[in-house]
Amino acid sequence: MREQFESPIVLLGARLLSPYIMLFGIYVIFHGHYSPGGGFQGGALLASSIILIRISGGRIISRLQIREFFTTPLAAIGVIVYFLAGFVAVLYGGYFLDYEALPFPGDLSPAELRYYGILVIEIGIGIAVMAILVMIYDHMARGEDYV
Amino acid sequence: MKYAKILILAAFAGLMIYGSMGLPDRADPDNRMHQERSITDTVVAGSYFIREAYNDANTPNMVTVVLGDYRSIDTFGEQVVVFAAGLICLLILRKFRPV
Repeated sequence: MREQFESPIVLLGARLLSPYIMLFGIYVIFHGHYSPGGGFQGGALLASSIILIRISGGRIISRLQIREFFTTPLAAIGVIVYFLAGFVAVLYGGYFLDYEALPFPGDLSPAELRYYGILVIEIGIGIAVMAILVMIYDHMARGEDYV
Repeated sequence: MKYAKILILAAFAGLMIYGSMGLPDRADPDNRMHQERSITDTVVAGSYFIREAYNDANTPNMVTVVLGDYRSIDTFGEQVVVFAAGLICLLILRKFRPV
């Protein structure tokens, strides 16, 4: 049995760091069109910011951020977002994952449609990777009776 | 003996760095590896990606276009693999209630 105690200093440090890591993760996802990055990397960064709060704060505080039962549906939602980006294109008369057929509002050229299609799937990947990493951590930590 | 190892490692690293200086620029569509023809005498795909990635998807980052557009089904498969790995972790690590 490991000794456990609350440390306000560690929690304060984690609370200071976590939003900036999360902001950087969102930046990496949305700026993947112009710089190195993308869904997988940004999702890992988002997951790291959430897991940081979970490690330092324990179960009760982390429940305020993302509930434990909420991660598995979120992972499925990420995969479904990607799949729908392909399937809606099929419904509108294109190939599977052919973003030119996606019905985005506004008068957009095919290149811009592809731009926004890539953005949609990057967001889907980011959500799925974040939720899966947090889910794995939750199920690993459940055996330990942490505060 | 220890210094000989470090010396060999340093010499090998220097050799690799010297070798990497002779590599052609990957982004140049005119270099030799993109001039290669396939069996059916068409240009190889990498040359097309370099020339047309920005015009096709309006995105400066070529890697994003290749991952998200040209090979998007491959990326979809990757995501499903990650999802399946997460579900397997869930099934293995989950605490089942003793019956």
